[in-house]
Formats: sequence, C-alpha cells, structure tokens
Amino acid sequence: MTRHIRHAAFFCALLLIALLVNATRLQVFEASGYDDNVANRRATFARYGQPRGDILVGREPVTGSHDTGEHLRYERTYANGPMYAPVTGYASQVYGTSLLEHTEDGVLSGTDPLLSPFPLGKGLARGRNPGGDVVTTLHRGAQEAAYEGLAGRKGAVAAIEPATGRILALVSAPSYDPSVLSGNGSSVTRSWKSLNGDADKPMLNRAVRKTYPPGSTFKVVTAAAALDSGVVQDLDEPTDSPDPYRLPGTRTSLTNESEGCEDVPLRKAFEWSCNTVFAKLGVRVGAKRMAATAAAFGFNKADLRIPFSVAESTFDPKVDRAQLALSSIGQYNTRATPLQMAMVAAAVANGGKVRSPYLVERTTRASGGTVSTAGSRPTRQAMHPSTSVRLKELMADAVREGTGTNAWIPGVTVGGKTGTAQHGLGNSGTPYAWFVSWAQGDRDLEPKVAVAVVVEDADADRGEISGGGDAAPIARAVMEAVLKSPSQDGS
Amino acid sequence: MTKAGTTGTTLVAADAPAPAVRLPRRRGIELSLIVVAVLLSVYGYCAVGLAKNGTVPPGAAGYGAGLGVLALVAHLAVRLRAPCADPLLLPIGVLLNGLGLVLIYRLDLETPGDHAAPAQLVWSTLGVALFIVVVLLLRDHRVLQRYSYVCVVAALALLTLPIFFPAVNGARIWIRIAGFSIQPGEFAKVLLAVFFAAYLAANRSALAYTGRRVLGIDRLQLPTGRVLGPIVAIWLLSVGVLILERDLGTSLLFFGLFVVLLYVATGRTGWIALGLLLAALGAVAVGQLEPHVHSRVEDWQHPFASIDAGQGPNQLAQSLFAFAAGGMFGTGLGLGHSILIGFAAKSDFILATAGEELGLAGLSAIFLLYGLLVERGYRAGLALRDPFGRLLAVGLASILALQVFVIAGGVTGLIPLTGMAMPFLAQGGSSVVTNWAMVALLIRVSDRSRSRLGVPKVEEADRTTAYDDRAEAAR
Repeated sequence: MTRHIRHAAFFCALLLIALLVNATRLQVFEASGYDDNVANRRATFARYGQPRGDILVGREPVTGSHDTGEHLRYERTYANGPMYAPVTGYASQVYGTSLLEHTEDGVLSGTDPLLSPFPLGKGLARGRNPGGDVVTTLHRGAQEAAYEGLAGRKGAVAAIEPATGRILALVSAPSYDPSVLSGNGSSVTRSWKSLNGDADKPMLNRAVRKTYPPGSTFKVVTAAAALDSGVVQDLDEPTDSPDPYRLPGTRTSLTNESEGCEDVPLRKAFEWSCNTVFAKLGVRVGAKRMAATAAAFGFNKADLRIPFSVAESTFDPKVDRAQLALSSIGQYNTRATPLQMAMVAAAVANGGKVRSPYLVERTTRASGGTVSTAGSRPTRQAMHPSTSVRLKELMADAVREGTGTNAWIPGVTVGGKTGTAQHGLGNSGTPYAWFVSWAQGDRDLEPKVAVAVVVEDADADRGEISGGGDAAPIARAVMEAVLKSPSQDGS
Repeated sequence: MTKAGTTGTTLVAADAPAPAVRLPRRRGIELSLIVVAVLLSVYGYCAVGLAKNGTVPPGAAGYGAGLGVLALVAHLAVRLRAPCADPLLLPIGVLLNGLGLVLIYRLDLETPGDHAAPAQLVWSTLGVALFIVVVLLLRDHRVLQRYSYVCVVAALALLTLPIFFPAVNGARIWIRIAGFSIQPGEFAKVLLAVFFAAYLAANRSALAYTGRRVLGIDRLQLPTGRVLGPIVAIWLLSVGVLILERDLGTSLLFFGLFVVLLYVATGRTGWIALGLLLAALGAVAVGQLEPHVHSRVEDWQHPFASIDAGQGPNQLAQSLFAFAAGGMFGTGLGLGHSILIGFAAKSDFILATAGEELGLAGLSAIFLLYGLLVERGYRAGLALRDPFGRLLAVGLASILALQVFVIAGGVTGLIPLTGMAMPFLAQGGSSVVTNWAMVALLIRVSDRSRSRLGVPKVEEADRTTAYDDRAEAAR
C-alpha cells in the first residue's frame, strides 16, 4: 500500500507542477498578448487612472484633470477651452485625442519611455510614470487678441515669431469647448454628434487644416518671384501692364478694384493691390519659376507638422497662361492655410528665410525636469535677401499709405498686405477677407511677429468685405499684444 | 499478500530500532506559524484599505483580534487533544482562510450592493468551531469506520436534496432556507471519503485477490460482483445525481477520489486504466449530451470567441486577462481590476484576484501552500498502520489536491471550467465549514501517526501482518 500511496502523491505533485507551469506561461510568457487584447479594459483604466499632464501657455496650464472617482478616473478639463481648442484639441475617454493632446499623448499620459527616471528599468516596474507637461510656444496676449478679434465671426488667425518659427497664436472661429467631450457619459455622445453635425464646423481647425484662396496676399509671393527672377529690377520703373488686362488666350478681361493701375510701377501696384499688374507679372515670370518660389515659401508640401499635421497649401504648376495669371493673384487653384500665409509674411520679415513653424517649446516631467526641447528647426531660403529688403519696403508702404492702413501702429514699423479672395462657383460665395503682416518695434533689431488673418464673414455686406477693413484690425491687435510685452522666452 | 507483507516489514524495520523517546511535538512552532499567518492576513487587510481608501480599515484591529482568537482556540484544542499533530496543518488553514477573507473584503469594496466578507467571517467561525468539536470529541479516527454506512446514507441524502430546490446559474446544487444557502455536495465529499476508505479497507483483499481472470491473464482480474457491486453502485449513484444537478466539478472530484482510493487500496494499475477509460467515455458522452458542458469545452478551446463575435469578453477571458495583468509580482492588493470578471469573482474566480494582485509570486505561494497541505496529508497516511486511516488521509488529501487542480486549472485555462470553490479562499459557507472539518480529520490522523512514530507500541509492532490490517478494519 505504501508504494501506491507514494504513486498517488506523485500524481498530486504532477498536478501541482502542471498548475505552476501553466500559471507561469499565462502570467509571464503570454501576458503581453493578453494585455494588448482590445477587449481588455485594463489599459484604458491605467490610462485614465492617473491625472494627465498639462498643456502650458507661458507658465499657466490651459488644461486640467478632474477626479471622477469612477473606473475611468480622471477626466480632462480645459481653461478657456474654445480659445485654445485649435492648439490643445480634445482628450476624450470615448473619442480619443486630437491635435496636441494626440501628438503629445505619450508625454501627457505618462507612457513615453523618456519620462521614466530609469528608461532601461521598464521591464520590472509595471506601473506607468506620472504624466509630463507640454509647454507651448503660444503667446497668451496674442492668442487672446486674436480670439477676441474674431469673436462672432468665422475665420482664423496664425501668428509666428519670424526669427524662430515659434507659433505665437493659433485661433479658429467658431470654436468649441473640448471639455464637453472629456468624459464617457451620454452627454459626451450628444455633444460629439451635435459638434460634428454643426454646419459651422466648430471642430475644424481653420488655422492649419483649412485652405483658402489667398487672394491678393499671394501678391507677396508673386512680387518675390518677379524680383528674384529679375523680371522687375526697379520698384519704381513703370510696368508695361494694361488695364483691364485680357487673360492670355482668352476673351476674359481682368479688372481692378482701384483706379489708375495702368503701367504703374511695382511699388504703386503693391500699395493699391493692382490685379492686372501682378497677373501679367506672374505670366512673365512663368509657371515654373512661380511654382519654385511658392514651394520655397512652403507651398506644395504635404508633410509639414507643428507637431500635428498642417493641410497642404497649393500652387498649381501645371497651368496655362490664363490660369497662371489668375494663380498669381491668389485665385484659380492657389490655396493656402492661414499658417502658410503667416509663414510668407515671416519670410519677408526674416531676410527671406523661412523657419519651419512649431508649437511645442519643450516637454517636461511632472517634477519639472526637461524631457525634450524644440531644438533647431530647418531653415529654407525663400528669396534672395535683397529681395526681402525690397519686399519689406513694399509691405511697409502698403500699411503706411496703401490698403493696409488699418494695421498701422504708432511708433512701430508694420508691413502688410490685404487680400479679398473670391471663391465659389462664379465667385458666388461671400469673399474672404485676408491680411498678412509683420511688425517691428522701434527698439527691436528684427521683426517680432508675423500674422495672417482670414475672416470668412457670411453676414457682412459684400462690399464691405475687405482685408483692410475686417482682417487688418485683428492683425494689429495681435501684433500690438506681442510688441507690448517684453521678450518672453517660454514665459 | 506479499505486497502488503513487505510494506509491513519495512514499517517494522523503521519502527523497531526507534528508541522510546518522545518525538518533538512542535506545538510551539505551530503557535508561531499561526501568529505569522494572522499577521499576514491583517497586513493584507490593511494593504487593501490603504490602496482603496488611503486609510487603514477601521475594522483592522477587530478583524485581526477575531482571527487571532479563533486560531488560538483551535491551537489550544490541538494542544489539548492532539499534541503530536502535524504543526503545519492548522497554520496553513488559518493563512488560507485569512487570505480568502482579505480577497473577499477587497472585492466587496467594488460591489456596493453585495457584501460577502461578514458572512464569510461568520462561516469561518462556524468552521473553526466544527474543527474544535472534531478535535475535542473524536479521540480516534477509527471510530468513524463504524459509521461508514451512516456516512454514505447521509451523503446520498445530502446529494439528492438540492433536486427539490430551484436551480441557480444552471446548477441544482444549493439548498436555500431562510436566506441561507448551503451546498450539500461540499459536506457529502467528506462523508463519501469516509465511506470509501472504510469499505475499501474492509474489502481490499477481496478486491485485490479474488475474482475471475479475464482472458486468462493475471493482470486482468475482475473482482467478484459481490464485493465490487455495492461500491460501484454508490459511486455511480453519486456521480449520476451530480450530473443530473449539473455539478460537474464535484462529479469529477468524486470520480477522481474513487479511482485514487481504489488504486491505493488494491494496488492494481488496471483500475487507473479503467478509470481513465470510463472518464474519457463519460466526458465524451456528457460533452455531447449536455449543452451546458459543451459550451464550457467550447469556451476552454476558444476563450476569445465571444470577443471576436463582438459580444465582449466572457468570464474565462476576463479571468485570463486578470492573471496576465498580474505578471510576475502583481499589481498589489486592491489595485487590480479582476472585478471585471463579474458575478462569480468572489467564489469560482477568486483565484484570478490573487493572480492579478499578488502576481505569479503570490499565486505560486498559494499553490505551494495547498501542495504542502496535501503533502502533509499524504505523509500522515504513510505513517499510519491501519488501512482505514491510511485511506482516509489519502482520500482527504486527494480531495484537496483534485479540487485545487480542477478549479485552478479551470480559471487559468488549463482544463475546461467547472464551477467549484477554491478551498478556504472562495466565498461559500458550506465550503469553508467542510474544509475546516477536513483539516480537523487530518489533524486527528496525523496526531495518531506521529505519536505512533515516536512511541512504538510493542503489541502493534508485533502484529504487522496483512491480517492485522483486516483485524483493525473489522474492529
């Protein structure tokens, strides 16, 4: 009997070993597969089990976290949600993340391995690190000025620091409060549906995700191409341009808003925004060189990230001469995001160099230590430096005595260009009012800010829509806000 | 008889040179281990409170004191009436029961409508009380042999009772009276173990050495129907009733218990072969006929089928997720999400909480505690002389081993899931009370075996023939 008891005991030992081996298989070797299963809610619980890091403007967070005490514990909150929505995006427990909340999610949610004090010790500790913060390049005053300037209207504002490419303001109107999407209740679903169904598209980031015909503001690019290519050598030499200008190969005549554009020199044509002069200049420069200059400013590039992606601005190089004439005054297939037009103004202000724009100054650990910084950004020469000097002159003249006088700030050098872009079938849509500009205080060594403003105001009387009337005052407010405050690096 | 004879001789050889000195009784060790077990449980209780609410639970002191007093009284009973008993059995029971209370309390915190820990504490108290009663009143386990037929009648009665009560979650294994629910199958397993041990001890010679040869081969010898008949009938009856009640876990347990005891009693490998064959046939038949079983097997083979079908994870999938989430060292008590498993999280699936929050390290420790308990049971059986005692110890230890394997194998996806209670850990009154009774019996048996080891009695040492076994059994 003893022998058989031993056999039975041995059998029980085998059962125990089977359990131990199976548990090891399950908990060690196959665990990650189970952890990653879509139906396993633990990853979601872990994600919302700790407060999310914050997005900062200056030193102030514009986001927060609210402890709900539920399984998905922390919900995102937003201070001034609608004003910063085009930058922060939303962080929803149901609908995921967008914009900075999306691109910086690793840092904010604490999963970025760089947040760990011991990046190599990850295997041992299964817990995640506390969420880190994202410090933006935004200028609070500029953002507020842009948001208030657009209040009640549809449009967008983008402002850049020309020397660095730091984005100082990014506003889209109408906007929405991302906090209504934070949680997971039925109200979130309702908000999502109504926001997506809204005809005004409040969740569309017009500053970077929508392209508009740039209209006359594109004349800055055309002028740069004409000067760089030598088509125009003297700003004050009369150009051989008829008024009206018949588009080459067609019977269509192009006219001007203002009188006396016939044969005017480039300086006057820029000041008064003469369509005929710039259409003919574009044809004389040629599609190839026009496209090359536009590309140097950043057009036709689909991969721009700030760090979220920016819609591609386009200048169509495959056009006939009539189309080229229209393209050169910012119509036909030419389209640009407000951010792209701010880059155009910034290039002029920055000696012809385009700095790749960016929105994240640095990321930090919850304890404050720096995880990463923006670092040096790529630079591209959009035009010859001497061309930029002459363009600055042209833009400054346009503000001093041309169409852009509404942007004039006493004691400051302001350069600008208005635009009124027609769109829709047969130009039936309400025109878009544009204004691009830069400003340099008297004591500044270089321009401090470049702005692009677009107002797509559906309610205004068609005749009153003009870059100078609607868009320039907003640009002025933004520029004043930046110039007023002392140099602030990340403050 | 040669086999039994040899066994006897080796025992004598081991016993004969032993001097008549007292073997260390190790009661002090038992006491220190109990203190450790109680402290570990209180520590776990505090850890849960700190993790969930940030404070030590207000009842920590009371809980610790209650558990400590219970364990201390049980220890005193052992000291008084079973001074030579194995010092590991009681502390392991206290630790597993204490840990079970911690886990149930921890799961209670996430189910505001359903608090099971207080009831479990009451049942544990009853269980320890039964333990004390058994240790105090049952002076010699051999007394039970006389009541073997009472035991089997009681077992069958208990097994049949739930048929008259409504089914719960697809199984008719509960009796509900005045808000209390009792699972009679739990008690029946101890009674049946007593009966099997007594019957096999009394008839093992007849089972092993008489009967017709099949095909003229010695190894294939069937015992006579007169001897084999009654026990097979009872076994079939109990398993049949359980299948009717859809209590698959317990029927599997009874089946395994019967085969193990038959093998140990007769020493014939044929029983194992026959047992495996019958098990296979039965499994196929039940699997085909019973949709309930069929779906369990399907779940086992494809635990994520319901996810692929868009219905979300089923209980087994949630259980596997929980174990995986625990990893090597676990999330820590109170910090896991095994509550996602759903309604059986505190009973059938409580091991998943242990796996998630204590990790592979903690889970292995729990398995090893069970393994140690089983091993001590087998050791007590080996050291005994009387066949009834040996079979009883082996039977009780095997019940524990099989039950732990079936439930743990089920929730970790090793074998198809059958609803059973993890001994001591799981929520369930009948289970806790029964397990304490089993530990009491093991204490009694081990006391007997260890005292005989230490103080060999001449007359017993002399009568070490196979006939002696039968004489003892007949007594």
